[in-house]
Amino acid sequence: MSEKLRLRFEKTGRAVYISHLDLMHTMQRAFNRAGYELKYSEGFNPHPQIAIALPLSVGAGSLCEIMDFRLKEENPDLAALPGRLTAVMPEGIVVTEAYLPVRKTAELKWLRVEGVFEYDERDPGEMAAGLEDFYRQEQIVITKKTKRGMGETDIRPGIRELGFTAGEGLVEVSAVISAQEPTINPELLAEALRQLKPELAPDFAKFTRIETYDAGMQVYR
Amino acid sequence: MDKRLERILPRVQKPARYTGGEYNQIIKDKNKVDIRLAFCFPDTYEIGMSNLGMSILYHTMNSLDFVWCERAYAPWGDMYEEMNRAGIPLYALESGDPVGDFDAVAFSIGYEMAYTTVLDMLHMAGIPLRTSDRPGLLPLIFAGGTAACNAEPMAPFLDLFIVGEGEEVNNEVLTLLRTAKLSGWSKQDFLVKAAQIRGVYVPSLYEVSYNEDGTVAAVSPTQGAPARVTKRILSDFDKAPYPTAPIVPSTEVVHDRVSLELFRGCPRGCRFCQAGHVYRPLRAKKPETLVRQGIESLQNTGHEDVTLLSLSTSDYRPLPALCDGLLEYCEPRSIGLSLPSLRADNFSMEIMERLQKVRKSGLTFAVEGGSQRLRDAVNKNVTEEDVLNTCRIAFAGGWNTVKLYYMLGLPTETDEDILGIAEMANQILHCWRVNAKYKNRGVKITVSTSCFIPKPQSPFQWEAQISLEEYLRRVNLLRSAITARNVTYNWHDAETSLIEAVLSKGDRRVADAIEEVWRQGGRLDAWTDYFSYERWIKAFETCGLDVDFYAHREAGKDELLPWDHIDMGVRKEHLWKEREKAYRSELSPDCRHQCSACGAARLLDRGFKCDE
Repeated sequence: MSEKLRLRFEKTGRAVYISHLDLMHTMQRAFNRAGYELKYSEGFNPHPQIAIALPLSVGAGSLCEIMDFRLKEENPDLAALPGRLTAVMPEGIVVTEAYLPVRKTAELKWLRVEGVFEYDERDPGEMAAGLEDFYRQEQIVITKKTKRGMGETDIRPGIRELGFTAGEGLVEVSAVISAQEPTINPELLAEALRQLKPELAPDFAKFTRIETYDAGMQVYR
Repeated sequence: MDKRLERILPRVQKPARYTGGEYNQIIKDKNKVDIRLAFCFPDTYEIGMSNLGMSILYHTMNSLDFVWCERAYAPWGDMYEEMNRAGIPLYALESGDPVGDFDAVAFSIGYEMAYTTVLDMLHMAGIPLRTSDRPGLLPLIFAGGTAACNAEPMAPFLDLFIVGEGEEVNNEVLTLLRTAKLSGWSKQDFLVKAAQIRGVYVPSLYEVSYNEDGTVAAVSPTQGAPARVTKRILSDFDKAPYPTAPIVPSTEVVHDRVSLELFRGCPRGCRFCQAGHVYRPLRAKKPETLVRQGIESLQNTGHEDVTLLSLSTSDYRPLPALCDGLLEYCEPRSIGLSLPSLRADNFSMEIMERLQKVRKSGLTFAVEGGSQRLRDAVNKNVTEEDVLNTCRIAFAGGWNTVKLYYMLGLPTETDEDILGIAEMANQILHCWRVNAKYKNRGVKITVSTSCFIPKPQSPFQWEAQISLEEYLRRVNLLRSAITARNVTYNWHDAETSLIEAVLSKGDRRVADAIEEVWRQGGRLDAWTDYFSYERWIKAFETCGLDVDFYAHREAGKDELLPWDHIDMGVRKEHLWKEREKAYRSELSPDCRHQCSACGAARLLDRGFKCDE
């Protein structure tokens, strides 16, 4: 059995519009182009053994994506792997590191995200102050789609840190949110406003994942 | 990225098709090129990115260092509406720059139902639709593809057409355009000179007059343009440019695979088939060339499938050597090799058996006509025996799905021929009962019919199409004759076929209707989601055009056809002779048994021969 390996990669620029499923295919082909043979699952319909830890929404960027995979070859040169893969990636995907994982994906708990709320006609200073107030509440219950239809969810426990800084026509958002159990999509930070405080809801919001942490807020690798 | 675009993209379906940035896209410094060209495909990204012709020409045009050729596709409805609402013009994928600012806009038009989308993309780019409304040299709007077989319906919209294979002539036109731009020529000066390039048709240099009965009286060249425009071909096809590092889409497209083009032209000469006639003469690549190109392309793209393209794969003589060469590379890497367009014969079955070790997909036969007499009339050299033999081997080998394709309304078709379709389905069913290896899995036989469309530059170019009512009567006749539970019958609606017939055989006056349909909201008409028969019929009425005149009228032998000044290689006399043979249900031998001197070979450069 070949070893499980882990990649860290960035997905920014035009690549943020590549969907999760398309990214899996893109990765598969990039490995082929770089001359690496991915290990395939056994069985009736063999598929390459690659798993992306936290699927990213279309439109969101990331500097800290994690993907596990297996190669057919034993003991590949892990130092060379990021360079070789990056050279054959579509624009915006950069592999930063390849290593033997020591921690399970389930131990990944928090994500630092940065983003912007764009306001076309409202004053960013006022908005930032309002946002601080709004997110000081102890409960923020929104209606969202769940596996069992529409449901009520309190997103507040999934937000560990949250800060707003007014800028030119926008408010910069910095947050640490729960990556899994529960998964808080940073887009919900804007969605909550649309539902509960429309006067603060931005005209457009976008986010980038910056760093991954474990439950004790130690950097997760 | 454009701020407005950034806001839209997360809201539309499959946004990755609107962003560019794919692996192997070609990026140049826009300040260092003289000609910026938007290469447009008048359909969706998924269709256009699956088109080998687009891929070849993207690379040949970019091989000129003074040209940056970028891509543009038609957005799907949701994106279209968002772009309109936000006021975002059509942009090229590589740079994101508006197409309206480019020096040239080229369209690859492979089917008539794309015509409205050509107009729509011009409009989205902010470019006036008609060449007469574009007095300046730039942007130059041109097109190529099979639409050039009869360019007339689109003639008022395009500054020039590329007739035939574009690999060389496109670059000659772009080189002349560069000179024109740098020297400050007028549009007229440029067009007059461009018309002297072999394979270039400048519609505005031809005056068309009509007879009282509506037929074309004369097409008269002006300002030194040639009386007939002869299509361009590559004589040395083995050395034809082929991109072994094509763009790899980051999202799923129709054909996510490497496509190898075995040969151009077809030795068969089915009389309804435009492609079989307009791509002659026959020119093949060497198997070693194809194996090398296949392996390089697989390495450069990471694709896991490779397919062989041609009009008739079984007619590629070194097919076994090619398959061996490719399989040697593909098999150990789990890369799939697929062979479409095989003929129903034993040789093909052997190859199929070797390829399909794992997956047993269905068998597909393009039978076209329901009786041997009719198949002889259309020169479709498939016998019932061929089909049944192939089925017997296939059923014994464990296959259990058969698809049969037919056309209704072929010239000389009788009710007896139609009933023959049901009879053949029954015979195949019987063949399965006798030979099937796994009877408990059952068998599925699907019969599909479409309505025959007479195509320019084919032996049936003079034919009338049957009416919608007659097509439906024939469909119902066949429906009532197909009774077996295991046989499914699908028929395509004939409304699209009727419009396609008008556009295929139309003259310049049809352009008004195309524009009118577009004005009434028509675009992406090749999609049933968007096609509206009523909109087309209304537009023909509004423009005073008679659908029957174009679709349902048989043309006379001496009639000047609207496309007669376009020479695709095969002589008109040959086409007529073939048509006469159809009415005698007389077969023509395929080119390899006996050359029929169709005329296409005269296009070859000295030293080259057809099918060598």
